[in-house]
Amino acid sequence: MKANCWIGKKDVRVENVPDPKILNPRDAIVKITSTAICGSDLHLYNGYVPGMESGDVLGHEFMGEVVETGHGVNNLKKGDRVVVPFPIACGSCFSCKHELYSLCENSNPNAWMAEKLWGHSPAGLFGYSHLLGGYAGGQAEYARVPFADVGPIKVPEELADEQVLFLSDIFPTGYMGAEMCNIQPGDTIAVWGCGPVGQFAIKSAFLLGAERVIAIDRFPERLRMAREKAGAETLDYEAVDIRDALKEMTGGRGPDACIDAVGMESHAPGMTGVYDKVKQTVKLETDRPIALRQAIMSCRNGGTISVIGVYGGLIDKFPMGAVMNRSLTIRTGQAHVHRYLRPLLERIQKGEIDPSFVITHRMRLEDAPQGFAMFKDKQDECIKIVLKAAA
Amino acid sequence: MNSQQNPRLRRLANGLGWFSIGLGVTEIVAPGTLARFIGIRDRRRSRTTMRMYGLREVAAGVGILSRSRPAPWLWARVAGDALDLASLGKTLASGESNRVKAGLATAAVAGVTAADVLCARQMGCASNGSSTTVKDVQLMRTINIDRSPEEIYNYWRDLNNLPRFMKHLASVERTGQNQSHWVINAPGGKKIEWDAQIEEDEPNRRIAWRSWGGSDVDHSGSVQFERAPGGRGTFVRVNLSYTPPGGLIGSTLAKWFGQAPGLLVEENLRALKQVLETGEIARSDASIHSGMHSAQPSAQAATA
Repeated sequence: MKANCWIGKKDVRVENVPDPKILNPRDAIVKITSTAICGSDLHLYNGYVPGMESGDVLGHEFMGEVVETGHGVNNLKKGDRVVVPFPIACGSCFSCKHELYSLCENSNPNAWMAEKLWGHSPAGLFGYSHLLGGYAGGQAEYARVPFADVGPIKVPEELADEQVLFLSDIFPTGYMGAEMCNIQPGDTIAVWGCGPVGQFAIKSAFLLGAERVIAIDRFPERLRMAREKAGAETLDYEAVDIRDALKEMTGGRGPDACIDAVGMESHAPGMTGVYDKVKQTVKLETDRPIALRQAIMSCRNGGTISVIGVYGGLIDKFPMGAVMNRSLTIRTGQAHVHRYLRPLLERIQKGEIDPSFVITHRMRLEDAPQGFAMFKDKQDECIKIVLKAAA
Repeated sequence: MNSQQNPRLRRLANGLGWFSIGLGVTEIVAPGTLARFIGIRDRRRSRTTMRMYGLREVAAGVGILSRSRPAPWLWARVAGDALDLASLGKTLASGESNRVKAGLATAAVAGVTAADVLCARQMGCASNGSSTTVKDVQLMRTINIDRSPEEIYNYWRDLNNLPRFMKHLASVERTGQNQSHWVINAPGGKKIEWDAQIEEDEPNRRIAWRSWGGSDVDHSGSVQFERAPGGRGTFVRVNLSYTPPGGLIGSTLAKWFGQAPGLLVEENLRALKQVLETGEIARSDASIHSGMHSAQPSAQAATA
């Protein structure tokens, strides 16, 4: 089959690889109809995630048709159309029983590697480094889906791929980002990053009752999407001082909650940006936490910082004094996608949201490498690329 | 190697080191007070002597605490103790002292001297020993499994289940009432074998075993099943102690256990948890093939 493989830093190629096989009773093989490039794939592309090996198949947002099931899978059959959540979860361990699916205790065969870096291991993820299991990803024609009796959700025929594909990651991720803000009537939520996850965080904040959402980015097309499609007020961090502007917009108090939908590769104008870029380049810190620092400093007293942007390792100059003295709450996590699949599918069915609004580009799987380059450099106002399997 | 020393001995040495530093600092900073405390006349000359002794104590203390093999510094302390005893004896004999206080001080120094000699000798033996005999490796690993102690005990007690979750284990055969024969596959198609004897078997609580006869791998171990607090399943705790063998077996085991001792035990416990909680062992293509695997392009393609 064809698959998009990570070869090295800023080098991905579509190669011919052997088809996946059923390895365990609870596996299924899915023939992929639609897949996408995620902002977090860019962290792999740019070489900031440890544990990648040349040849690894990328991709963790995918859906398709079940073509084979192991004898332990009773809820799926050949021909079922499913969306696959990006975390792999067994459904029966302590974490899964507590609906913390991205922390499944049983799905990462390389748990010991993750333990070295992070103390304990989270769940295995599709196409996201050997640290998280070395599972082949979904930017391919087929994928092996472990614990297929727990993860994949069947989707109704009347909904198009593009309307349900993002249940695999970015819609639940944005939704969880908003949910972690514990939004109360009248709340103002600030969202750093207007990439696809940021867009869903904005939409979800409104779905969960936010009065106002203020979105922060520097790319005009992303700010426009946040305004026009997601309904946010927007701030360009290259044009205004974000902390001043947020203070001004909230009567001096600051937003009730701040969502970091940027993660480890954030940018800033001026010296702060240079400082972190240099430290990251010489490996004195692994992640650039510029947006996170700003979110903490901007948030109102007693407010919540919700982190859904991906971080990999260590950050520097973390304003813990502000967090402690101002009673801030920090909530984080890779999305526990499984718990959101059904409720969010219902919202899509009821027409409360059509997730396809983030899509700007549609390409063939074979064009994935061009897609990565384009997405990385934000060429052609690229916000979200969907890859279609060869017909 | 520091880590191979008896921890109790190391604690004693460290205690002596800190004692040395404490006494030394007191001698340097407050020689007069100390002189009165131990019942000798406080004179300028004795203060100078006391400060010199203080420097000696601090040096020995730092030496003991900072060295992975502190035996020479412990012997230095013994020499210092002898000097202290001689000085105290001299003052006692001269009659220029409070006999009761100086007598008590002498007894205290004699006691510390005994501890120094004991520790220095044993440390010396330990460090000599480690260069000629291989130390036993001891491991302990624990995992929380969301099943009852009864269920896990019964699963483990059925020897046929063991190869399911123990990596490299080819077979376990029952050879007697409490005896079994174990075979693991080593690299290059070789086999490593041993016989084991169950020494303790407390149903639902604990199994302990030991290798016997002409075993390739001389080891003993135990597994305990403790009900976890709060109804959260069971803590499964494995203790393992083995003497690293030489030759092929040694190098194979070194490869498996070598860089991170206990990793194999940890992996096996994780696999046990997976089997019991999910019915299978989590695998990715990458985790079961070394090098290029079925989910990766061929080496040629990847380097093209």
